[in-house]
Amino acid sequence: MTDLPAQETSPTFLGMPSFQHAAEAALADTQQRRNLAHATATIRAKRAAAVGEVDGWEDLRLAGAAAKDEALHHLPHYLEQLEAALTARGATVHWARDADEANQVVVDLARAKATDEVVKVKSMATQEIELNEALEAAGIAAWETDLAELIVQLGEDRPSHILVPAIHRNRAEIREIFARRMGAVGRAAPDDLTDEPARLAEAARLHLREKFLRARVAVTGANFAVAETGTLVVVESEGNGRMCLTLPETLITVVGIEKVLPTFADLSTMLQLLPRSSTGERMNPYTSMWTGVTPGDGPQEVHVVLLDNGRSRVLADEAGREALRCIRCSACLNVCPVYERTGGHAYGSVYPGPIGAVLNPLLRGTSSEVDRSLPYASSLCGACFEACPVRIDIPSLLVRLRTQVVDEASGRSAEAASMKAAAWVFGDHRRLEAAQRAATLGGRLLGDRTIRSLPGLGAWTQARDVPTPPTETFRQWWARTHGDDEGDLDDARGQPVVEEQDLGGAGPHTRQEGS
Amino acid sequence: MSSREEILARLRLATGDVTSRPGERGPVPVSAATAGAAQDTLELFVKTVTDYRASVGRCTPEQVGAEVAAALVRARAHTVLVPPGLETSWVARARDAGLRLRADEAEDGGPLTAHELDGIDAVVTGARVAVATTGTIVLDHAPDQGRRALTLVPDQHVCVVRADQVVHDVPDAVALLDPARPLTWVSGPSATSDIELDRVEGVHGPRTLDVIVVC
Repeated sequence: MTDLPAQETSPTFLGMPSFQHAAEAALADTQQRRNLAHATATIRAKRAAAVGEVDGWEDLRLAGAAAKDEALHHLPHYLEQLEAALTARGATVHWARDADEANQVVVDLARAKATDEVVKVKSMATQEIELNEALEAAGIAAWETDLAELIVQLGEDRPSHILVPAIHRNRAEIREIFARRMGAVGRAAPDDLTDEPARLAEAARLHLREKFLRARVAVTGANFAVAETGTLVVVESEGNGRMCLTLPETLITVVGIEKVLPTFADLSTMLQLLPRSSTGERMNPYTSMWTGVTPGDGPQEVHVVLLDNGRSRVLADEAGREALRCIRCSACLNVCPVYERTGGHAYGSVYPGPIGAVLNPLLRGTSSEVDRSLPYASSLCGACFEACPVRIDIPSLLVRLRTQVVDEASGRSAEAASMKAAAWVFGDHRRLEAAQRAATLGGRLLGDRTIRSLPGLGAWTQARDVPTPPTETFRQWWARTHGDDEGDLDDARGQPVVEEQDLGGAGPHTRQEGS
Repeated sequence: MSSREEILARLRLATGDVTSRPGERGPVPVSAATAGAAQDTLELFVKTVTDYRASVGRCTPEQVGAEVAAALVRARAHTVLVPPGLETSWVARARDAGLRLRADEAEDGGPLTAHELDGIDAVVTGARVAVATTGTIVLDHAPDQGRRALTLVPDQHVCVVRADQVVHDVPDAVALLDPARPLTWVSGPSATSDIELDRVEGVHGPRTLDVIVVC
């Protein structure tokens, strides 16, 4: 089913080197490694405590996986239901096949409101489609309002974590970014700004408040979209989400089609799983739910953009589709020994860490160097599966993707070619015996001389000698020392005699090729 | 083909192997057990809300006015927003104490603008339901809570919760809510952990949350 269109790699990550190459620089950055080790260890401990409080956590995980599978397996049904529910409640639904189409919808809506700025709630979907860049190209400023996203945006940097995008920055770096850059785009940081987190948060509050109060258009993602009721859900901490969802006249929500939940009751499962897995809290400070337009309360013009952008391709992959269950909690990042040492940038996508290592090659295909390398960006220790609240078996998917990468390269590598040849030889006993006779002939010709190199195996034989073939095969030795009754051989191995009668080559050959 | 038709066609192709029908998994399992004793649930709620660095007071129905006034004075509020459906006795003591009460009504008769809300110190509301295991209050923005901006822009939120509104866990709350209403789940004051994962209270939402439990 790979004929369904893959996601285009965004210009930011196009031509990125392989993970292994990009990770080298990250590994050498001791400041970043210190920041990451501190942050991931802190979240890990908090998460373990929060999960430990819940009786029946495993049952919740199963219910979470079942809810997402139900939605994914019947996605056309639930998307149509979602659309109908939203439309009935006064929202306008748009469908976007890819990033360009989604960006164009948002740009057109902002232009129709004659505004040159929008406020934004942190959203993975809008990062994925590089909406900020598209808006900027159209002359519209997009203000990120999540504190970490603000740090990343002002620092002209890229996010490196799903949940805490500025995890790679410490307080001194953040103070420097605020002092240097805030004044250029709005209210400047106070002159006496220190690197105290409370002072830095206060500076962000003052800087952003003037933007919230004047904004006429807001753009957000959604954590969940409930098909049954048309309810959209945003989970956050700071209140910047509530500001964007409540104060502007027009609200545009960009939702990946995999965010659908079948029923409102499914939120009871998800709201237990997500905060505890994500920030290690019993509940995040603010969760907003809205269903279309509420007269007299909040935005009176509500748009929802349903985004495919490679998701249908992932859904067509029967094994890979479970990656679409992901609720972007980032628990897998925080437990990953590879992520902890390399950080998020080396993954070449807005989706870093273990989930990124499976999701990116599934969404984008494996034509780029970075996407081919991602399935190898793991030690396969299995911690990510244990932590995943919706039970995505990331290690198995990584192994499968490795196989795919090797298969796709077959015909171009000596390994693939020799494996293919070996399969042909082993597929039929007569070919095997012929090959063995040829090998023993070689052994008899060579005597006890050592083979230093073989044509086509130059690199492999640089550090190794090729073993000299034996002058006699095991079968020949057995026949010579035990007489030539092959039935005895089968008896000796405890194999059914009748089934294997034609091993010796006598009688009609009935076994299928390659069986 | 329109984008809508094309995406739906892609998805039908992608799920061609699926043999089950929508809804076959049955009802959503609600794994959180509803706790037995109401008193235990209430104690748990007070503990979890306190963990979130909200201040929690307990009082009888007659004492609500005094508790509300005390919370407002403690946070040095001067102007207080009163949603249209709020029990008037809850803010009577605050008026007596000299605080200025404001309705959600501008000079022209329309609702207050965002800038006007920004000039108000505090808001007093009721709640729809509260969750003990997580220390959460849920607002459904009925007339005793006002529209969403009222509990967002002012710097202090005083929320009065009746003991019979406290449920044990998240599924109990979800079951009570009307999805047609806008819903705001509040667990403690606004907070961020974005700088070296140091938790800082008070970013964009109210920096002070006072929860008054009426038993």
